[in-house]
Amino acid sequence: MRKIKSLLLLFIVLSFTTAVQAQTNEVSAFEQTMRGNGRIYVVIAVMTTILVGLFLYLIRLDRKISKLEKN
Amino acid sequence: MNRKKNTFAQWWWKILCIVLLLFTFIKGLTVKIPNLPALEETSRNLFFHVGMWMAMMTLFTVSVVNSIRYLRTFNLKYDIYARQYSVMGIIFGLLGYATGAIWMSYTWADPNNPLFQSFGALAREPKLIGAAVALLIYFAYLVLRDSISDMDKRARISSVYNIFAYAMLFPSIWIVPRLLPSLHPGQEGNPAMNFNDVIPEMRMVEFPAFVGWALLGVWITTLKIRLSLVKEKRMNA
Repeated sequence: MRKIKSLLLLFIVLSFTTAVQAQTNEVSAFEQTMRGNGRIYVVIAVMTTILVGLFLYLIRLDRKISKLEKN
Repeated sequence: MNRKKNTFAQWWWKILCIVLLLFTFIKGLTVKIPNLPALEETSRNLFFHVGMWMAMMTLFTVSVVNSIRYLRTFNLKYDIYARQYSVMGIIFGLLGYATGAIWMSYTWADPNNPLFQSFGALAREPKLIGAAVALLIYFAYLVLRDSISDMDKRARISSVYNIFAYAMLFPSIWIVPRLLPSLHPGQEGNPAMNFNDVIPEMRMVEFPAFVGWALLGVWITTLKIRLSLVKEKRMNA
């Protein structure tokens, strides 16, 4: 059940990012920052995503070990 | 209520670690840095490459403290602590080495020379040799510890060795590289820690980065320690 939930969450996040990419005709402030300044913010977004992913993995591991300790 | 407090006490530094590292990654790439010759934008590596070494020093220090605690109490728990902290220290050391290799290829190496010639010059860097020696001493610690099957003997011998290894860390990475000519910064002091060498904007990212990396190392190590303690308990049960 939890696995399905997390997969669903991942899907929602992914669809959200594609939705942001789909808005090309009107330039939002978000788009402007992402495209300005040599597009360095794109790199930051990628790096932050990796970091957050690793942190989520660490937190999951932490929780799992806590459960192991209880039994 | 009491339980909630406990969970907060367990989690606050992990949250701090996440916040500090996210800050490092975002601010580290956007903060305005002085345009130095040869370094240019690579000065941002201060937050990442130097952070690895700071985390390594922290982990090795915690490791040696736990070795001393073992020798004072003969509680095998502390030996496990010491081993896991030194393993994580080695991992951060290797990451520091690898990141340093990338950084130096684009700042020290002369692009006009063939690669092997540059390598010949760079391999003589005392700081590199010193760091390699320090890491090899810690590899030997792991080999020594894991090759003794008697638990008490293993703990005692490896704890004593760990203290020697930590003592060797200082000449090999702090003292000797400073006595020899080197391209590596830090010849005449601690440029990263000196308040006059780093502009305040960078210092604002630098210290959170160091703390964040060290906390990340401690976090991963505590997970490994808890896992091996659970394993130990299962084996004895």
